[in-house]
Amino acid sequence: MRVTCTVNGSPAAADDVWEGESLLFVLRERLSLPGSKNACEQGECGSCTVYLDGVVVCACLVAAGQAQGRDIRTVEGVGDCGTLGTVQQAFLDAGAVQCGFCTPGLIVAADDLLRRVPRPADAEIREALAGNLCRCTGYEKILDAVRLAASQRPGGVTDGGAG
Amino acid sequence: MTTVPGTPAPTAPADLATVRGDTGVGASVLRPDGTLKVTGEFAFSSDLWMADMLWGATLRSPHPRARIRSMDIAGALKLPGIAAVLSADDVPGRKTFGLEAADQPVLADSQIRYQGEPLLIIAADHPETARRAAAAVTVDYEVLTPVTSAEAALLPGAEPVHPGGNLVRHVRIRRGDPQAPADIMVPGCYQVGMQDQAFLGPESGLAVPAEDGGIELYVATQWLHVDQAQIAVSLGMPEDKVRLVLAGVGGAFGAREDLSMQIHACLLALHTGRPVKMVYSREESFFGHVHRHPATLYYEHGITADGRLVSVTARVYLDGGAYMSSSPAVVANAATLGAGPYEVPNVAIDVYAAYTNNPPCGAMRGFGAVQAAFAYESQMDQCARRAGLDPVEFRIRNAMSQGSVMPTGQVIDSAAPVAELLRRVRDAPMPAPPRPAGAAGPDLRELPGGVSNTTHGEGVVRGVGYGVGIKNVGFSEGFDDYSTARVRLGVVAGEPAVTVHTAAAEVGQGLVTVQAQIARTELGVDRVVIHPADTAVGSAGSSSASRQTYVTGGAVQAACAAVRAVVFGLAARRFGVPPGDLSLAGGKVVSQAAGVLCELEALLGSEVIEETVTWRHRPTYPLDPETGQGNAHVQYAFAAHRAVVDVDTELGLVKVVELASAQDVGKAMNPLALAGQIHGGTAQGLGLALMEEIQVSGGVVRNPSFTDYLIPTILDMPPMKLDILELADPHAPYGLRGAGEPPTISSTPAIVAAIRAATGRPLTRVPVRPDDIVLALPARGDDPPEPPADLSPASSCALWAAGRG
Repeated sequence: MRVTCTVNGSPAAADDVWEGESLLFVLRERLSLPGSKNACEQGECGSCTVYLDGVVVCACLVAAGQAQGRDIRTVEGVGDCGTLGTVQQAFLDAGAVQCGFCTPGLIVAADDLLRRVPRPADAEIREALAGNLCRCTGYEKILDAVRLAASQRPGGVTDGGAG
Repeated sequence: MTTVPGTPAPTAPADLATVRGDTGVGASVLRPDGTLKVTGEFAFSSDLWMADMLWGATLRSPHPRARIRSMDIAGALKLPGIAAVLSADDVPGRKTFGLEAADQPVLADSQIRYQGEPLLIIAADHPETARRAAAAVTVDYEVLTPVTSAEAALLPGAEPVHPGGNLVRHVRIRRGDPQAPADIMVPGCYQVGMQDQAFLGPESGLAVPAEDGGIELYVATQWLHVDQAQIAVSLGMPEDKVRLVLAGVGGAFGAREDLSMQIHACLLALHTGRPVKMVYSREESFFGHVHRHPATLYYEHGITADGRLVSVTARVYLDGGAYMSSSPAVVANAATLGAGPYEVPNVAIDVYAAYTNNPPCGAMRGFGAVQAAFAYESQMDQCARRAGLDPVEFRIRNAMSQGSVMPTGQVIDSAAPVAELLRRVRDAPMPAPPRPAGAAGPDLRELPGGVSNTTHGEGVVRGVGYGVGIKNVGFSEGFDDYSTARVRLGVVAGEPAVTVHTAAAEVGQGLVTVQAQIARTELGVDRVVIHPADTAVGSAGSSSASRQTYVTGGAVQAACAAVRAVVFGLAARRFGVPPGDLSLAGGKVVSQAAGVLCELEALLGSEVIEETVTWRHRPTYPLDPETGQGNAHVQYAFAAHRAVVDVDTELGLVKVVELASAQDVGKAMNPLALAGQIHGGTAQGLGLALMEEIQVSGGVVRNPSFTDYLIPTILDMPPMKLDILELADPHAPYGLRGAGEPPTISSTPAIVAAIRAATGRPLTRVPVRPDDIVLALPARGDDPPEPPADLSPASSCALWAAGRG
């Protein structure tokens, strides 16, 4: 089947999609966007977190057909026109990246948190990121990164979504 | 290596990452690959893609022990899109592989020795087609009763898993008089479950047939050259026809030391003449790599009434599973480090690894030291209790220090600040006490059970516990443990630039960062490029054993020194100054007497200086087979933890409130990356303490998924305090001490000790389960530990059980 959708602001189409494929597979293998990761492919690790119509989802749990006509934003679309987004820069500066396999999902999840809650308390950060597994960092530097990104965003200003 | 002309190379992950900045050794330099990793552009091994590539899949045995009567692949071959179905008959070279002995079949041909053992490999145009083809193969198995207990496997008459019997290795250590009289004897029996490395990036890679008949493999691994050697012999090719490039590695922790899909992808690519990509699913990953050895550990310490260690007797059984992997080295670690970081004059330690039909076990962060530390640290708490001493005070009285003698007779010849580490974690400020269940109510997120709303503070008890551990750094027992570095200095775009080329695997730890820092410090050059790791340069050894900053760092430092010597020779001739008077700084050649002589680019012109150095640490030596005496290790590393926990004693739920650690690292090469290593290592130790276990029943894995195999989330991890000591090791580059593994070793026993302090339960097994806390039942499982009849401290388990509340 053919799947058409908007990905990172641009129209995208994938042909010859087998009905059993996930949105994650379509992004990674058919649309040349391997940034969303495939650590568990059963919705446990959060490494494939993307925005679907402004709501964060695990792309591995979205059937390809469900993406038809929808608006998708991936880690590749989180930055600002070729420069790193605030969350991306904060992950880099705080030392929140080691192997980096969990990083794309965490970037999207943290970006979503800060859009909803510009000044999250630690407990809110932990709750928001509890669906994203990281095996390298023990999460301390990830907390630092989200705190840093929060401190660098205009206070109280959100743009209301991902789209 | 260079790619074959005409072959479009997949994007290499470290694509000549350029590192800029004026920061060298000791600075918190940011990762050169960090930008690509936060944008999603970094190419992990599972991200590689080529036009016309096929997907590989593996058919694995559902049975842990069986004979293969026949296989019928006709159903698979009928499916459209299938390019190849290969069996053991299609392996052109050696049909087995392995790190220490080639005992593991590339593809099983007659015997199945563990659940998940590969039988067939398939290439197809879509991964789902390949999986369906695997499902369409009919295999006629004669299912056999598996051998599932390491201890039982070593008893006389046990069914042999391999023709040579079930003993993988026994290391025996004897020092002093293990029967020396002591005032108090303290027995104990402990168990450690099978832990998984659970790296997030699944086993994966892309094999590309080369025009010279060879193969190129882009793969996530810990050691390119040991992969290359094993692949080449199984393909029946010379090593120079098998060229490996490190693809992006999504974590390793030991699980990528052994081969997984490497030979399989190469076989399929060579057979089809097309690139073949293989990516394991998470479930397959649980069967695709070795795990941490489960262990049963019988200990008995003798102490004086005033709290001095007199003796330790230990028998440890490690379940090696179906194949050898690195079990012999794990046995050596558990044995030589089995008395812990303590002065014990009289020692009898025996450690065994056995073959069983359980999943193969091998390397995981901590490598034998983890299992021993859970036992000896639990014993230290028992000894302290029996001596009427505080657990930290008891440890400090017996702590080893520089000059102490290991049970192997090896003298610790650099800093061993065990007592200081313990004092530091003891004296660190305590976290705030639990909030009383007042009118406002406690924040559920701070309580055991969290927002499950299982308690508002009722039945919650706080406990504090301590642990300290010891780990060897680098490969041991006389292994030729070297690394190779090629450093090139030239002028690029009018400024001096350095390229560092090694085969060392960046697995997330930050090796690419520290290599560049070393080059900047040694050559005074700002612009440093890290070449992608590949087999075009000599071996760097494994990214394991906390060794790469030491050994590859040493090689890069030495290669830079060789380049520098050439530069000084040029400058000495040109300026008529003695080379010994020269230094490099800020891209300039500086003379002690005359100040700045010239810019480097002016001195070099079009000249390129390239030096390749193979660097070795001090030699180590084998252990005496009878006494276990010998200078087996090159360096020892130490870390301590204090754990503060809140336990819901009614439900057995644990919330770790805080972990404080102290560690001596000799030299903090990159403080930011170092903190990440300690945090991450501590987290893996928490996982072993509280939740992580591959549950194996009758040789069958019951929880091969992240739904059922739990690793710590950000909600499980507490805030962590770090206290870093930098006591230089005069034998190591920059005085550094390997740092990656020690925090994994000491956090587990500290957390369990804290739960014991809160509950009074014996907790002799990790991971601690809720019913261990609530019911304090004897250890469950297939094979409850019953010491073999010839075990001298045979009564220890019974005594231990009798002492239970």
